[in-house]
Amino acid sequence: MRRFPEYFTIWHIAGHYGLRLVAWLVLAFLILPILVIVPLSFNAEPFFTFTPGMLALEPEAYSLRWYQEVATDQRWTLAIRNSFLIGIAAALLATLLGTVAAVGLASPWMPFKRLITALLLSPMIVPLIIIAAGMFFFYTSFGLVGTYLGLIIAHAALGVPFVIITVTATLAGFDRSLFNAGLSLGASPVKVFWDVVIPLIRPGVISGGLFAFVTSFDEVVLVLFLAGPEQRTIPRQMFSGLREQINPTILAVATLLVVLSIALLLTLEVLRRRSERLRGTGA
Amino acid sequence: MAKTYDGTFLEFNDVKKSYDQRSLVVKGFDISVEQGEFITLLGPSGSGKTTVLMMLAGFESVTSGTISIQGRSINKTAPYKRNIGMVFQNYALFPHMTVAENLGYPLGVRGMGAADRKARIAEYLRLVELDDFGNRYPGQLSGGQRQRVALARAMIFEPTLILMDEPLGALDKKLREQMQYEITRLHEQLGFTVMYVTHDQAEALSMSNRIAVFNDGVVQQCAPPAQLYEKPANAFVAEFIGENNFIDGRVERIEGGHAVVSIRGEGTVTAEAAAGLEAGGRCIVSIRPEKLFIHPSEHAHDHEIEVRFVARIYVGDFIRYYFRLPDGSEIVVKVLNDLSAPEFAEGDTARLHWLTSDCIAFPHGGKMPDVAG
Repeated sequence: MRRFPEYFTIWHIAGHYGLRLVAWLVLAFLILPILVIVPLSFNAEPFFTFTPGMLALEPEAYSLRWYQEVATDQRWTLAIRNSFLIGIAAALLATLLGTVAAVGLASPWMPFKRLITALLLSPMIVPLIIIAAGMFFFYTSFGLVGTYLGLIIAHAALGVPFVIITVTATLAGFDRSLFNAGLSLGASPVKVFWDVVIPLIRPGVISGGLFAFVTSFDEVVLVLFLAGPEQRTIPRQMFSGLREQINPTILAVATLLVVLSIALLLTLEVLRRRSERLRGTGA
Repeated sequence: MAKTYDGTFLEFNDVKKSYDQRSLVVKGFDISVEQGEFITLLGPSGSGKTTVLMMLAGFESVTSGTISIQGRSINKTAPYKRNIGMVFQNYALFPHMTVAENLGYPLGVRGMGAADRKARIAEYLRLVELDDFGNRYPGQLSGGQRQRVALARAMIFEPTLILMDEPLGALDKKLREQMQYEITRLHEQLGFTVMYVTHDQAEALSMSNRIAVFNDGVVQQCAPPAQLYEKPANAFVAEFIGENNFIDGRVERIEGGHAVVSIRGEGTVTAEAAAGLEAGGRCIVSIRPEKLFIHPSEHAHDHEIEVRFVARIYVGDFIRYYFRLPDGSEIVVKVLNDLSAPEFAEGDTARLHWLTSDCIAFPHGGKMPDVAG
């Protein structure tokens, strides 16, 4: 038991433990609905509930059959392939555009900085359904509806704000005299950018890219509007799965997505620490 | 680097700079620098000295006028083609590169082979006495060591000119003095040309061949350190460089370079006349605290006044006395801390001696600096 300061009354102590209790409850409220799908995905029966066998921890009540279905069902394999293809392409495009935009916006000579920032960040704020409807009509005139390219561009537009935000954050700690130092040593601006600026803002660029990937990976509204049958992604497939064939395959996919999210979060954390270390040693 | 160029090596010709197209930050800067000279731009913050350096480095454009190196204008040369080394105030070492990689960067940019590069890096690490630090990152070095790396990096590609922007500003006093010595040693050993910016006059006086004192975007005086201290061109320089006493007076007459000045309640004193002094006008007479002597003293003198003792402050290596003149103004005297430093009681009268040649009369109305001593 921890020692409280001597001036603490019983109410102070009650408040201390009360706060802890509430904090744990909030955490449970957020996490439990996600965790509960994990055991359910190993259900041997095609139900969304815990069978008596599962509750009794009988080995026969658990199986990997839904995972097997995900791996073999052509619709799911196509959706997984599509999600990664579109997600990675959109993330790369968003990273490139977002980084360039952030570097430009960080320049002290950039005019209309606030207006441009607001415009570039707007996909984060404007309701998705409005963006989706707008893009649908816009893309129709270019024949982009129902194509991979159309979805990649649309998802990249959603990912750009994340890249701008993370790269801008790393650039805020960037010392402009490093750039000038590079110039004074004889390197052209482009060379200094590659040799000095990029390595130092790399953590921001990568985490922005990961955010962009995740954004595309779980996006469903734009996909509903813009994708044809060949471009079905995982969320889109889950969406129709929920309506058409209710079975724990969806839970298996959801579990896989949770694992993927945790992996991405860990990557982000490692990057954050690395960037902090670099900044700490910043001369 | 041996001297390879005769005549004016670096020249600023009526260089002006304005950031907002309305007010000038630098108002017509002229200077001619010989190869191998150590020039310091000294002035209070906001006086335009750093802007001059930035224009020379190419990080700021020139509003009007020309900057030329070896007779050729560099106004239209990109910063990375100027071949000018620069030491930044915060060192600006690349934190993701080791010391050796930092030093090798300008060599790699110039296409030097790996073997030559390695030899050159080792040579310059030895020069700044950091032989074993090649594999460290800047974050693992102390302030003084980073400063040495920054110096080595600015010199390693043998630039025609090295600029230093308050390079010792972030160091503590002891380290600063050590680095001053170090920079002077390297300058003498390698013979490069330096343009150095600082607001620390002690640093400027001890390192430079010539100092340009800036105020308000204008060079007040450009002269060797001793001349700046002994023969300041105007009241600003007299006040900004070192400590000084100022006494208000009126010019009675000027004869043969000497001004006879009447001081209220004191009669007249004779002083060296500064440029622009007119008979009949108001003036300021300046005299350094260490050029005043308390009676009795064995120093030669040709003037004497009676003053009232105010305070005696023990500083350590010297003692500072405050006296009041008959007209009410205060005067400071510095006396070495030896047996000749007398004791006074409050209200005592004392007699001060000085030489006419240590006393300068400046025209009144010149802009006085905000920073004392």
